[in-house]
Amino acid sequence: MILSVRGVRKSFGDTEVLRGMDLDVGKGDVVAILGPSGSGKTTFLRCLDFLERADSGTMESAGVHYDMHTIGKKDIAAIRKRSGFVFQGFNLFRNRTALENVTEGLIVARKMPRREAERIGKETLGKVGMADWADRYPSELSGGQQQRVAIARAIAPEPEIVYFDEPTSALDPELAGEVLAVMRMLAEEGTTMVVVTHAMDFARNVSSRILFMENGIVVEEGDTAAFFASPAKERTREFLRTAATAGEMI
Amino acid sequence: MLSERLVGIIADSFFRILIPGLTVTIPLTVISFAFALVIAIAVALIQFAKVRVLKDIARFYIWVIRGTPLLVQLFVVFYGLPGIGILIDPFPAAVLVFSINEGAYCAETIRAGLEAVPYGQMEAGECVGMSYMQIMRRILLPQALRISFPALANSIISMTKDTSLAANITVTEMFMATQRIVARTYEPLVLYIEVGIIYLAFCTVLTKLQRAGERKLGRYRI
Repeated sequence: MILSVRGVRKSFGDTEVLRGMDLDVGKGDVVAILGPSGSGKTTFLRCLDFLERADSGTMESAGVHYDMHTIGKKDIAAIRKRSGFVFQGFNLFRNRTALENVTEGLIVARKMPRREAERIGKETLGKVGMADWADRYPSELSGGQQQRVAIARAIAPEPEIVYFDEPTSALDPELAGEVLAVMRMLAEEGTTMVVVTHAMDFARNVSSRILFMENGIVVEEGDTAAFFASPAKERTREFLRTAATAGEMI
Repeated sequence: MLSERLVGIIADSFFRILIPGLTVTIPLTVISFAFALVIAIAVALIQFAKVRVLKDIARFYIWVIRGTPLLVQLFVVFYGLPGIGILIDPFPAAVLVFSINEGAYCAETIRAGLEAVPYGQMEAGECVGMSYMQIMRRILLPQALRISFPALANSIISMTKDTSLAANITVTEMFMATQRIVARTYEPLVLYIEVGIIYLAFCTVLTKLQRAGERKLGRYRI
């Protein structure tokens, strides 16, 4: 197991957003987290990289046990060095070129020599099809291109696990397609990924496991093929029906 | 209208006004503004980071400085402090007051700049493993200063002219030099217009520098 999480709870004020979430991720798994808007998917993902602090819960990562509420800065930093995060809104450093966005973390946080970081940076940009755009600033790139650079930034340090928070929700279908193609390539290479998504095609065709959640708890979880072929819960069937109808409407 | 005598006065006085401008007004502005920026960045960071007691001190500082006249501040430091045994020479006293005064205004400008940087920039930095100070220094602050740049340029232009107030604490900058020539020649109209034009020339240069600076910074868009 790369990551094992138990009993994650999180409230914002009086609203309980997460009510005891569990998740296990093995090496090479591609877990798609599905669920209706407001189900707590994004909050859960953000808790996994400590962008939100869970009220309670435990995490086992690299053989070490952590309390997700009381965990200290040093442990968070160590966990983050083993993970990458891709945001819905890209969040590229706007004062850095595409290449610098990728090398920034390598040079500053990982103390890698500049030349090596630039070699890795260029190689990774090439992998996501952005080699020719290395010297451009984010404002000079399309949304799809920005997200591909953001993916390069997340995978350049070769993290054990990469989190994706609705990576294509801010993009029109064509641009979303280029981003999903990159993610599919990563999945095929064996990258361990946890993806919060509304892209049902991606969940169905690329992910190895599905975690369907609503109101802060897991409704159903399982192998992708089984999940789509024979969902166990009525709520899951209803969700899949709605998603299918919505898909046809688009 | 301009008699030969008047033309002579204008010509004679030109360098006697310009030289204190170059040797006093400009150094006073540049040195004070440099200190002001250091103060401003520190005070803005304290407020942005919401460090409890320090934040209250920062708010108090800004409240007092913005709420009292610059001239009063100059007088308190130069004429008031000797009363409790603190004597400061005119030029350093002026630098001290201008730095502290401008620092309060620029702190608010830079704080607004920091708050205008989307929070996602900080989160992205955290996720690539950078520390708070690394993100601040390399990502947030450069963007905040880029956002604040036009307002900061405004401040230094304004301050260039405000340094004329230092004449009141015996700093022989451009305006005092002019006053002295007026006292001798009794030609206030042409001489004060003359010094005004020199201030205008200084500020024109600053405006050009602002344009050039914005162009240089302009490649990435906030």
